[in-house]
Amino acid sequence: MTETDETNIKIQVRGLSKVFGSQPKKALELRNQGKKRPEILEKTGQTLGLSNIDFDVREGELLVIMGLSGSGKSTLIRCLNRLIEPTEGDIVIDGQNIPKLSEKELLECRRRHFSMVFQNFALFPHKTVQENAEYGLEVRGIEKKSRVESARNSLKQVGLDGWEDAYPSQLSGGMQQRVGLARALANDSTVMLMDEAFSALDPLIRKDMQQELIELQHRMKKTTIFITHDLDEAISIGDRIILLKDGEVVQMGTPEDILTRPADDYVARFVEGVDMSRIFTANSAMRSVRATARDSDGPRTVLRKMSDNGLDSIYVIGRDRTLLGIVNVDDVDAAAKAGKDTINELIQNDFPKAGPDEPMNNLFAMFNDKSYPIAIVDDNQRLLGVVVKGAVLEKLAEAGEH
Amino acid sequence: MAIDIPRIPLGDGIEGGLDFLTSHYSMVTRGISRVTQSGITVLNDGLMWLPEWALMAIIALICWRVANLRLGIGAVLGLALIWNLGLWDPMIETLTLVVIATVVAVVIAMPLGVLAAISDRFYSLIMPVLDFMQTMPAFVYLIPAIPFFGIGSVSAIFATVIFSMPPAIRFTTLGIRQVPKDLIEAADAFGATRSQKLIKIQFPLSLPTIMAGINQTIMLALSMVVIAAMIGADGLGSEVWRAIQRLRPGDGFEAGIAVVILAMLLDRITQALRKPKKKTS
Ligand SMILES: Nc1ncnc2c1ncn2[C@@H]1O[C@H](COP(=O)(O)OP(=O)(O)OP(=O)(O)O)[C@@H](O)[C@H]1O
Ligand SMILES: [Mg+2]
Repeated sequence: MTETDETNIKIQVRGLSKVFGSQPKKALELRNQGKKRPEILEKTGQTLGLSNIDFDVREGELLVIMGLSGSGKSTLIRCLNRLIEPTEGDIVIDGQNIPKLSEKELLECRRRHFSMVFQNFALFPHKTVQENAEYGLEVRGIEKKSRVESARNSLKQVGLDGWEDAYPSQLSGGMQQRVGLARALANDSTVMLMDEAFSALDPLIRKDMQQELIELQHRMKKTTIFITHDLDEAISIGDRIILLKDGEVVQMGTPEDILTRPADDYVARFVEGVDMSRIFTANSAMRSVRATARDSDGPRTVLRKMSDNGLDSIYVIGRDRTLLGIVNVDDVDAAAKAGKDTINELIQNDFPKAGPDEPMNNLFAMFNDKSYPIAIVDDNQRLLGVVVKGAVLEKLAEAGEH
Repeated sequence: MAIDIPRIPLGDGIEGGLDFLTSHYSMVTRGISRVTQSGITVLNDGLMWLPEWALMAIIALICWRVANLRLGIGAVLGLALIWNLGLWDPMIETLTLVVIATVVAVVIAMPLGVLAAISDRFYSLIMPVLDFMQTMPAFVYLIPAIPFFGIGSVSAIFATVIFSMPPAIRFTTLGIRQVPKDLIEAADAFGATRSQKLIKIQFPLSLPTIMAGINQTIMLALSMVVIAAMIGADGLGSEVWRAIQRLRPGDGFEAGIAVVILAMLLDRITQALRKPKKKTS
């Protein structure tokens, strides 16, 4: 967590409000007196689309904005690139305050920073797949040769090579949305905005696209803001989630924060019915390791560590906490009795191992008959902690209650 | 008891205005007249210079390429009938006037249509004018044309342009306004300028609608060019006119049938152009 907190802020949104109607001042005045959207609508006829929104978008993250229909998701994302004019507030991207930009600066800003993927695809029917993918670059006046190349590349990334000359009408919905994605990717903007980009797709294709987006996002580290009203989708793709209600932020946090610590009843109701075991990861059931052995330890030291902590097996780590393997108490005891001064040849490798993001329901199948705890390691094979069988069962039971 | 309200001198006012225009802008009108006349002459002579069979072949080929073989054959038969009736030359004269009037009308209509699509203010300004232009009886346009351009084909073109322009404007506006909002939004989101949107998105997408407008313009132009025989325009109209004056219904019908054939050919060709061959949305 601390790692992400230190990363750069890409977009800073402060005090953002949007009133639909001709007398925004009046509506905001009532808002400042603590009135809510329905009352403001009744009194003034103005719709308070967004009210005083604050949040940061971090460089490279996939931020999901979630909420029921009418909660202001589209309004929010469209305020960012000013397809909708914000009524008040600041949206700062790389030092530029978007609401204050002139017409010309705005065009420049949209070209450099934003590309958008739309729910209903919004592909140009008179252009081929290739020409569609080139559109953002064409608008920016990039010369033909290099824009053909980038468009080809991004079409390949979304698995559409060979379809360059087709027209959108000749493609299935899933493929059309891939074109939409390719159009956004080819543009090489710094931020990608996706408004219910997958909602029009049928469930299977939708899962594929989610997977693909996650992979793309990990590969390219492109800052992405993704709107959905589907919590399952939000959880499976989001690094962080912002929950909106009636134009206000009700909660902001990691998927797990939202699931395990819903801020209020609204969020809790939203969270009901989610398949929790899929969501909980090894991370959430992980415990710190009570004791570890070093490869340089002698058998007696190791025996002592084990008996002090009531363990009958212990993980062995080298320098930098790299995981080398596991030894069990019987072997170490025998070695000690035989007067050996190293445990090197006792180290075994038949222990379960997983990354911190491994979903809980995969973990359960990993416990073998020796009942070693599952070692949780990071990408560099450093031991982060362990998951014991009891903790998994506990978490799964917890999930069942929701 | 009738109250004696003085008659509003509307007609007098208009005449005064026209007088003023003709006397003060005769330079302009004479210039327009000369340019138009030479355009008519060049096109007419060109078409006349071609042997009948050659022009028939060209038109049949166009019909075949843009539409289908059946229309090509139909074109040959229809044109052969006109030739046989001895109405070839008047038909060419009429075609010339229609082509020139349509080109001028479309060239003027297109920017006006685009402007009306973009600007609500201009839209609400021009729509009543178009209503007026279209509902005013066609003959009325012939009268002011004469003081401007004299008797003859130039006046016919002038009146025809005014009469046939409204659908081209209307359909251009309609076509551009009909372009789905989400496509415009997509273009905006990528930072397209107004002219980029217009040229690359709105215009191509509204082309079928614009072509429908041009088709109507051509049809109106044809009907007006025929009527313009009353102010001395050459062509099939003057054949009809002569038949009326001499009370010869047979001749009149023959010329009328030639007009119908020409109308059908022009209509079918422009209709076919309207439907893009393979692209469907
Ligand atoms: N152009 C507009 N004029 C008036 N009210 C609007 C306009 N656009 C949106 N609203 C209102 O603002 C509120 C938020 O709309 P928004 O489209 O942002 O919701 P959303 O969260 O995207 O919903 P959905 O999931 O249905 O897309 C709604 O009450 C909507 O009726
Ligand atoms: Mg929406």
